[in-house]
Amino acid sequence: MHDTKPHGDDAPPSTWKKRDAFAESGIPDGKGGSLVARAVTINRPVSEVFAYFRDFTNLPTFMENVERIDILDNKRSHWVVKAPAGKTVEWDAVVIEEASDRLIAWASEPGADVANSGQVEFRDAGARGTVVTATIAYDPPAGIVGKLIAKMFQREPAIQARRDLRRFKQLMETGEIATAAMNRKQHEEELA
Amino acid sequence: MRALAWHGKHDVRVDTVDDPEIVNPRDCIIKVTATAICGSDLHLYDGYIPTMQAGDILGHEFMGEVVEVGAKSTLKKGQKVVVPFTIACGSCYHCGKHQYSACDNGLPADNQDVAQELYGHPMAGLFGYSHMTGGYAGGQAEYVRVPFSDVGPIVIPDGVDDEKVLFLSDILPTGWMAAENAQIEPGDTVAVWGCGPVGLFAVQSAFLMGAERVIAIDHFPHRLELAKKFGAETINYEESAVYEALMVMTGGIGPDAVIDSVGLEAHGFFVDNVLDQIKASTFLGTDRAHSIRQAIIACRKGGRVSMPAVYGGFIDKFPLGALMEKGLTLKTGQTHVQHYMPALLNAIMEGKIDTTFLISHRMDLEDAPKGYDMFKNNQNEVTKVVLKPGFN
Repeated sequence: MHDTKPHGDDAPPSTWKKRDAFAESGIPDGKGGSLVARAVTINRPVSEVFAYFRDFTNLPTFMENVERIDILDNKRSHWVVKAPAGKTVEWDAVVIEEASDRLIAWASEPGADVANSGQVEFRDAGARGTVVTATIAYDPPAGIVGKLIAKMFQREPAIQARRDLRRFKQLMETGEIATAAMNRKQHEEELA
Repeated sequence: MRALAWHGKHDVRVDTVDDPEIVNPRDCIIKVTATAICGSDLHLYDGYIPTMQAGDILGHEFMGEVVEVGAKSTLKKGQKVVVPFTIACGSCYHCGKHQYSACDNGLPADNQDVAQELYGHPMAGLFGYSHMTGGYAGGQAEYVRVPFSDVGPIVIPDGVDDEKVLFLSDILPTGWMAAENAQIEPGDTVAVWGCGPVGLFAVQSAFLMGAERVIAIDHFPHRLELAKKFGAETINYEESAVYEALMVMTGGIGPDAVIDSVGLEAHGFFVDNVLDQIKASTFLGTDRAHSIRQAIIACRKGGRVSMPAVYGGFIDKFPLGALMEKGLTLKTGQTHVQHYMPALLNAIMEGKIDTTFLISHRMDLEDAPKGYDMFKNNQNEVTKVVLKPGFN
């Protein structure tokens, strides 16, 4: 991702304590000033995990705040994300880099309600399955947009990314997403 | 349906609530035929476990008849099953290694945060045991939704009495794993702290694994009598000095393996002892930690320490130096119930393990609040309360 290490260790940029990690993150065309990275190991083959993720219409099944993704063309998609008071925020995202079974990087297009960019890396981990690492850059928002993003990410993007990746792992490994709901009515209320 | 719901400290009630339904494809619904009150349920009853909500249905030791199956369940309607207290997916890396209580996928994603922050990693889900273990409705009810029913519940042959197999759900595998973690060798002397249900099953298991002598330590006379019935020698710690007694009884060597099953009744995650140091020092930090300290000090050099007893946070004055200097091995963990069930069912069927001796009281589910009160206030005589819907 980047050739020079500013302080010589191998820790991912999102975990660096001192430097402006974002500048070193290697995320193409980054948006915003905050960076979060989460990794999860999924006990399925990389081709299967990549293929499911690359079909963006699948993403709302495990990204709980994403209401809908419309595919515009092979590179571009329109995202509709839940916001407070029954409202939504929307943006167009474009895939700016892609390598089969390895990488998907995206950035929001100008005019997005919430500017964001990031990449999801896929790595064959042999008997352990596939390591999926999501790195997301976003603008730490304030005011009304801050409220929107707080809802969008529940508490903060780090937690939301972690929870979304857990759900993705559950879906790929077990075929379903774990819930404690006792009945279908409760389950629907949870998902709403 | 009717179900035992938690409403607050020392306030449990049998309420009428909505019936459970199939939600996910691997679910099944069982009609409960027998369910037990576990010692760890008393910690919910006493209000020690955080993230409880009024109306939560308790119970994690239960069995029953399959009455509904999801599209991907492998069970059939009418089968009798015992359900493990740990909710594990069977598909993740840890389940593949039979480390079921470390399942990656048993907890709903949002419920994984507390354990991730506290322990570094989320663990498997549990039935009826607060929201940080998943918020799953428990088995002290007429019906239960059982997730991952294709890998969890074990099918019981027709005609077997519920009471013989009910404890496969938790305390029997927990006692067995405690003995297994003690890595017993033929001729060993094993000391067991705590003669609650798990300690008593650990005593039986240790003998089956080749221990020559088992020394059981408790202060309830009735429970020590039960241990004696299985061939254990006993020490009542209110009447004798434990370390000195063990040293004399083992010729100055100390037990080859020690098992701390005090407080084992607690499957809980005692976040309160992390958040509240005062409570920790009075509740978990003294008596409970005392048994593990004493076990480590008494254990012979190069011996093994098995700790089924549940500790949720931090303890003071842990004898780390003794552990290191004596070269002890410490093994612990929540029970990998699914791993042990098939072999233990066989052991029960072959009459190698006695389970029903433990049951002191049988009651209708409707009388569950009375059962909690009795269990809490008379631990000497009330060794196990089994609840049966429609018993009266």
